[in-house]
Amino acid sequence: MSLEVQDLVVEIDGRRVVDGVSFDVPDGERVGLIGESGSGKSLTALAILGLLPDGATATGSVRWDGRELIGLPDRELATLRGDEIGIVFQEPRTALNPIRTVGRQIGESVRIHEGVSRREASARAIAEAERVRLPDAAELVRRYPHQLSGGQRQRVAIAMALACRPRLLIADEPTTALDVTIQAEILELLGGLVERDGMSLVFITHDLAVLSQVATDAVVLEDGRVVERGPLSRLLTAPESPVTQGLLRDATATLWKPGGVS
Amino acid sequence: MTRAQAHGRHRFAWLGRLWSLSTGRFGIIVVLAIGLTALVARFWTPFDPQKVDVQNRWDAPGIPHLLGTDGSGRDILSLLMAGARTTVWVALGAGAVATLLGLVLAVVGALTTRWVRESVAVLVDILIAFPVLLIAMMLSSVWGGSLWVVIISVGIGFGVNIARVTRPELRRVLHSDFVLAGRAAGLTPFENLWRHLLPNVAPVFIVQLSWGMAVAVLAEAGLSYLGFGAPPTEPSWGILLKDLQTYISVHPLSVVWPGLAITITVLGLNLLGDGLREATDPTLSRRRTAARTPQPVVVS
Repeated sequence: MSLEVQDLVVEIDGRRVVDGVSFDVPDGERVGLIGESGSGKSLTALAILGLLPDGATATGSVRWDGRELIGLPDRELATLRGDEIGIVFQEPRTALNPIRTVGRQIGESVRIHEGVSRREASARAIAEAERVRLPDAAELVRRYPHQLSGGQRQRVAIAMALACRPRLLIADEPTTALDVTIQAEILELLGGLVERDGMSLVFITHDLAVLSQVATDAVVLEDGRVVERGPLSRLLTAPESPVTQGLLRDATATLWKPGGVS
Repeated sequence: MTRAQAHGRHRFAWLGRLWSLSTGRFGIIVVLAIGLTALVARFWTPFDPQKVDVQNRWDAPGIPHLLGTDGSGRDILSLLMAGARTTVWVALGAGAVATLLGLVLAVVGALTTRWVRESVAVLVDILIAFPVLLIAMMLSSVWGGSLWVVIISVGIGFGVNIARVTRPELRRVLHSDFVLAGRAAGLTPFENLWRHLLPNVAPVFIVQLSWGMAVAVLAEAGLSYLGFGAPPTEPSWGILLKDLQTYISVHPLSVVWPGLAITITVLGLNLLGDGLREATDPTLSRRRTAARTPQPVVVS
């Protein structure tokens, strides 16, 4: 199942924040969306899922498995979300509901899409927590988000996104809020799981160094437009646009300054 | 331990936490006591609360009249017990009306399209300017004084208050990533409302509601005093307080009882709300949970 984004435009109050973005993610491929903050990469991700904030509208075409998603009723999109397309957000501190146990949150999409009982869902939650290598999963699923570390919370968020074995995972800066050492662990985990399940991956970041560890191709965005695209191997060695060159300089800088990721 | 037991323990853990808080325990005891009194008073009171006994006017507290009698020889304890029924009815009724109105206004005011949201915000601001007393006067001019007037006017007054406080809280929670994550997991907007949004505004809502119910008890007393509430034949703490107040310089002790009943009920409701907020918030109970976690589970 492949994702084809054609001339995607997102407008907020008449302002074009995503301006004609096109890219393809063939089945099983890993594509990075890279750009500075405000380049429209997160809105592109939300537009794919039909989860744009109030006042933002998407036009153009997003085809998933040949099916047009733009303009699809929310009820039908909801059946895809979490089941065929999963998403991991940037900020693990706010991505989990503070008053529900992590087990119930991991099991939520299983309950929705597979209609299993609460007990089955909690058993599945433990299995999924083990899969993202959370320590002592059977006990951990009964805890609340504030009792977990940032890295553990991001693992929970990944378990939530992958619980129904989606065919496409969208990762929106999943490591930006984490320490550099934890970043590496999460990236390795994500890469491993995507490979094992043969999922497609859309990885959103502003850090070429991070992207080079999980993706094979990249689309570079600036001010809502695609400025360069191609295999990462080429972008890293022979970047054409000034934007990519700037990103490459920053990425190298962060490698020399552990903890200096901003 | 079976999984079901573990599950059950987990689901009602907040009740245990509520009981372990001194505020929560006091609140539970008071609310249960008032509820029980109201229930008992339906079937039995020591004396007929309306029975006039001119032989025993202004009896001092003792036997057989535990709290004494009033100026017509009515047993004050029986009057208080019968009045508890009115109090419970008004507190529950006003609480229900306020919950319904407050949640509907808050949800419509927070989650719909912009122009509906803002109209609701303006409507709430206008309604807030209406004192409960004015609403009660308008209602009673149409239907005459009754407990319904008290319930509906206090319910509207506090429903609007609940909406005013809950609406911005809903807006705040709405912009959290976990709400987006809930939608991304495949929840419909309505399911998301029940599972993620409302539970997260519950603490604010509960405190407002318990306060509203406490004020309803006071308002019933006040409105009945002014003649908009219960008719004089109906037993009510407010009417009793009004009757006895006239004689406060002659028989000061008798006024204490209805005053005490109202005060304790209001305090109990307030503390119960406060305890509920603390007991249901997992981030506030961190220390206790952490202290409890290391205990080994005994398998038998």
